[in-house]
Amino acid sequence: METLTDHTVASHQSPAIAPPELAGNVAVKIRGVTKHFGRGEQRVTALNGIDWDVYKGQMSMIIGPSGCGKTTLLSVIAGILNCDSGSVNLFGEEVSRFSDGRRTKFRSVNIGFIFQQYNLLPALTAAENAAIPLVIGGWSKSRAVARACEVLEGLGMGKKKESFPSQLSGGQQQRVAIARSLVHSPRLLVCDEPTAALDHETGLTVMEMLRKAAVRPDRAVIVVTHDNRVFHFGDRIARMDDGRMVEVTERTAEEAVLVSGEQDDVAA
Amino acid sequence: MTDRVINTIRPSAWILAGVSTPLLLVLMILKSRGVPMLGILPWNPLLYAGAALVAIFSALLFTQQMSWIALKMLTGDKAKFFGIVLGLTFAALLITQQGSIFCGLMRRTAGQVEDIRGADLWVMDANVRYVDDVKPMIESNLYRVRGVEGVEWAVPLYKGNARLKLKTIGRDKKPLDVIEQVILLGVDDASLVGSPPPERILVGSLTDLRKTDALLIDFNRLPKLFPGEQWDQAPAMPGLRQKAGDSISRWITNLASRAKSSESLPTPDEQYRAAQREFYKRFVGREVEMNDHRGIIVGVCEATRTFQSNPVVYTMYSRAKQYVPRERKLLSYVLAKTADGVKPGEVAERIASQTGLKARTSWEFMKETMWYYFQYTGIPINFGITTLLGFLVGTAIAGQTFYNFTIENLKQFGSLKAMGATNLRIVGMILLQATVVGLLGYGLGVGLATLFGIVSQGGELAFFTWWPVLPIAGVAIVLICVLASILCIRRVMVLEPAVVFRG
Ligand SMILES: Nc1ncnc2c1ncn2[C@@H]1O[C@H](COP(=O)(O)OP(=O)(O)O)[C@@H](O)[C@H]1O
Ligand SMILES: [Mg+2]
Repeated sequence: METLTDHTVASHQSPAIAPPELAGNVAVKIRGVTKHFGRGEQRVTALNGIDWDVYKGQMSMIIGPSGCGKTTLLSVIAGILNCDSGSVNLFGEEVSRFSDGRRTKFRSVNIGFIFQQYNLLPALTAAENAAIPLVIGGWSKSRAVARACEVLEGLGMGKKKESFPSQLSGGQQQRVAIARSLVHSPRLLVCDEPTAALDHETGLTVMEMLRKAAVRPDRAVIVVTHDNRVFHFGDRIARMDDGRMVEVTERTAEEAVLVSGEQDDVAA
Repeated sequence: MTDRVINTIRPSAWILAGVSTPLLLVLMILKSRGVPMLGILPWNPLLYAGAALVAIFSALLFTQQMSWIALKMLTGDKAKFFGIVLGLTFAALLITQQGSIFCGLMRRTAGQVEDIRGADLWVMDANVRYVDDVKPMIESNLYRVRGVEGVEWAVPLYKGNARLKLKTIGRDKKPLDVIEQVILLGVDDASLVGSPPPERILVGSLTDLRKTDALLIDFNRLPKLFPGEQWDQAPAMPGLRQKAGDSISRWITNLASRAKSSESLPTPDEQYRAAQREFYKRFVGREVEMNDHRGIIVGVCEATRTFQSNPVVYTMYSRAKQYVPRERKLLSYVLAKTADGVKPGEVAERIASQTGLKARTSWEFMKETMWYYFQYTGIPINFGITTLLGFLVGTAIAGQTFYNFTIENLKQFGSLKAMGATNLRIVGMILLQATVVGLLGYGLGVGLATLFGIVSQGGELAFFTWWPVLPIAGVAIVLICVLASILCIRRVMVLEPAVVFRG
């Protein structure tokens, strides 16, 4: 496995952009992205010319104060929000130029979502919820649910397959959401404040599980958070402020030690 | 506890119930005798099932593999699901029931045209507008009608008002002189055409009308003429429960003993008829007086209730003239039968052109009568407004509940959109949900209205489900669902999937 702790990154003209020798590892390439909301007096610049590269095989974090544009950036990357200008390139494809229909199709195949509020469908069991991306991809219910059960078992949720979201704790619900985000083996995983609704302990467990289950050599994982207790889970940390990317840092060796199970074989 | 019961009722069972309810009830209507069948299309359940299949399959076409998600979303919250179905049921019930009562009222206005069987043409003075608008003609018109080609036979009919006097006892058991305005119908002496059909004669027989001073009287308004009678002992219509219970026990005994139906006990309807014969027998032989002429009740019949609350009295044409004050002309209508192989409409035209009279087929005359009442009396139009109001209230309630439901699900639809579900699929899901609740609501509503109709059958309430009422209710339900869906679909289409990241 390639290590990306090379500090030449930091010495590059902008640490947010990959040096030429790492270009082949880039999953997400963002150039000059801007986004405004509202008009006239109410006009807000949520993203103000963002350049950023996200690597495969890593967990990248976006941190920063509330209202700085983290969620907006994540939405633009995930193709659920159009930016005003700039380009978003996912795995070599200019997603920002796609038609709506093509982008929707692209999302269904390539992107997994994890939300702060879990967003599970209350009428569906854990297994059925986890199966949704496959169903959207055209799988039959029984095949999709069977596959979802396997993923849930891998996350230690085997006993809760038949439970409804209302019967699960927050941590358990977020684990179902993790299963749902990974069930169709997406190449990009986007998570918005996955631990914000959880207590500290559970938050750490969920982050550990996420790292272990999600990080793969061919997959990029982006986590938005303003929870400083989980910063150390990120391999690279991008700090935002007021719609700009102000700093990108690599995780230090000391921080890496804090993440338990890091030596496990996660690249299976 | 109730939660558990409701939870065990699977949605599939509800779909089945929704499909089968109108089917069963309409079959019941067709089976029970004496119910106006004209109104219920025998193929309505088939139509309903066909529409259900088409609607569900076209919705499935859009949703594809996601249909089960749509259905689970719909039935996940039982309380909301039942709320929507109830709202639509209520709307369908209100429309069908009010519409049926409206049609029943309208039909009553033409009850006397409908009552007369055998003849298919009504010939009258050119200025007659509706059945109660009698304009007497000279007798020779009868012979002129008989002379028209294509007329097999033609008979006279007298229709007018008479003042009936009789001596009886009041509710206080004291002697009482009753004077009542009655509708007098004088039917053809020879053929008795114009009198009620034999199955509507409760006591006596039609031919008794030929006896001296004989009258046949309608049982509906008898309490007005004989208030002192023990009306609390008059037989009551068998209720639906009685009939249903009887059919079930009959079925069980048949299963057990394989007995032939001819050996079994009389049905509740037969028992009711027998009880009526027994009760109304007492009126036979009683004397009344009209225009200083004696009349003797020889039989009791059942005339269709009309808008007028006056009792209907049948006598022979030749005798009717005694019972009313002297009039120069007596012929109210000529009832004619067209010869085989000729169209009644054509014959009617020929009669009109040859005699200068107005000639109508029975159905046309019914329509004209109903239209007259519709235009010139406030009753139907007022009631029509009530019907319309029922329609609007039902629409508002049902539309509102369904709209709310989808709006509450907006965030879920947003998640699905973010995860890559296309707009078309989401629209399909909403349509599928609307279809299911629409079909259930329509089925249950029409079913309940039919039940109401069966229960109220034979009573004072005019209830007649003319066949257009059912498609109208159907269209209304479809409109409600489509309207609510369109509002929701609009919201879903413009929904930014990015909302899923907002708390
Ligand atoms: N749909 C929207 N309409 C108007 N303003 C918005 C909308 N979404 C976000 N904003 C504004 O954009 C800015 C960035 O928001 P957001 O990306 O949600 O921040 P963060 O996730 O970092 O808290 C904020 O000032 C917010 O008020
Ligand atoms: Mg945010």
